Amino acid sequence: MLKTPLYDFHVKNGGKMVDFAGWQMPMTYALGGQPGSTIDEHHQVRRSGGLFDVSHMGRVRFSGRHALKLLDRCCTRRLRDMNHGQCRYSLVCNEQGGVKDDVIVYRMDDDDFLVVVNASNRAKLLDHFKSQMAANNFSLKIDDQTESTTMVAVQGPKVVDYISQFSREIPGLKRYTFAVKNLLIVKLIVSRTGYTGEDGVEVILPAMMTGMAMKMIIKDMDFSKPDAIIKPAGLGARDTLRTEAGMPLYGHELGEDINALSCGVDFAIAIDKDQDERGEPYIGMEALKKTRDAGGPARVLMGLKLDGKRAARQGMKVLVAGQEAGVVTSGCPSPTLGYPIAMAFIDRAKAGEGATVEIDNGKERLGATVVKMPFYKKPK
Amino acid sequence: MGSPADCLYSSTHEWHRVQGDTLTLGITRFAVDALTDVTYVQIKPVGTTIAPGGGVGEVESVKTTSDVYCAAGGTITEVNQAVVADPSLLNKDPFANWLLKLKITARGGLDQCMKAADYDQKNPVG
Repeated sequence: MLKTPLYDFHVKNGGKMVDFAGWQMPMTYALGGQPGSTIDEHHQVRRSGGLFDVSHMGRVRFSGRHALKLLDRCCTRRLRDMNHGQCRYSLVCNEQGGVKDDVIVYRMDDDDFLVVVNASNRAKLLDHFKSQMAANNFSLKIDDQTESTTMVAVQGPKVVDYISQFSREIPGLKRYTFAVKNLLIVKLIVSRTGYTGEDGVEVILPAMMTGMAMKMIIKDMDFSKPDAIIKPAGLGARDTLRTEAGMPLYGHELGEDINALSCGVDFAIAIDKDQDERGEPYIGMEALKKTRDAGGPARVLMGLKLDGKRAARQGMKVLVAGQEAGVVTSGCPSPTLGYPIAMAFIDRAKAGEGATVEIDNGKERLGATVVKMPFYKKPK
Repeated sequence: MGSPADCLYSSTHEWHRVQGDTLTLGITRFAVDALTDVTYVQIKPVGTTIAPGGGVGEVESVKTTSDVYCAAGGTITEVNQAVVADPSLLNKDPFANWLLKLKITARGGLDQCMKAADYDQKNPVG
């Protein structure tokens, strides 16, 4: 089992370690001797700030003459018009238009990109990128930097203000841009990105500098104090936060057998990318065009607000007028909203926003209403 | 802190305290830690007859939903409404906050349950 460079930090702070995609990761932290609580960590992020170790996610560098050509061939979104210092969310599809993964592409330079991929898909995507490179005789270097770097996400309404004491530039970064900062001898990539629905940053740094950088960032902050600006938060809170923000997760809302056009991320799919000047088709584009031309996928991702206190879980059936019409992909009690929320693929012909549906949990049927996502939007 | 010595423990992480023909049932610290924040508790109503090893209700957390079983068979005589009203009590103290009381009619798997020391050794907390 792999350990991230922050493993000792987790253990020291009472991290309850679990296996996640081959990595030992914290589910919650038992701070100050209290049992770990996903709900407390969730509220801490919404109210102030949380620090997540996301080093398990894959970080792959693409550099050389055909770096852009390879990524353009694999990613569903336009990348050619990205500026240096910009990040872009994209999907990577298979030939059938199913989703191999969702990724964040960082443009470091004309021919230099960093791509962050899901931990569970790292090996698969590396194979995919390398086989595409060979098949097309592309000339570039693909370097998996996952285990030589650390990545942390610092998220919450007070985070950017907190960071302003270290840098004047970072608070000025726009959403989905990044800066490369030198902190003494450490080179940090700081991006205004995240997976919680809050403002904040994600930071990538050399693994060997992790201890020093953490000391500088969190100083002598006492996490057990109720008013600590930033506290560590585990995978449990990461999942409830992204669910409230309506963000898809591979293995739930995204998968090889799930049509990319059904996942609610159409903004990341340039279906006519080949029509641009110098544009070329990407893997899966033809299949997605066919789906679109046939009127779109029959089932699409929808948000559900449940009536009672019971949560819906992945795999539960969604019923409309007593007939099966969909399946739940994620669900949890929403700590911020105070009622259970879920995401589900539902037949568009049978239900839309405002429709009442039922969820069969195997023992009883739970009432729910189709609602717009995201469930939670940070106050402006 | 170990599990109470006066209870019997099942491999499905319930504790059973037997006093005469009355059984008090709850879930262990190990179970609660694995569930994380408990958000919902549903117990079958008073008067329900339970077969030995049968399901008596469900607990839900932020993360997952889990069935609760009772090793012995009998009739539910009391449900702890305080826990139903505030499931987070289980996270605070799962041994003080019981789920139900049962009038035992069949010992069922009680004799196969573990003693506290064996249970704790097999299921270390923290």
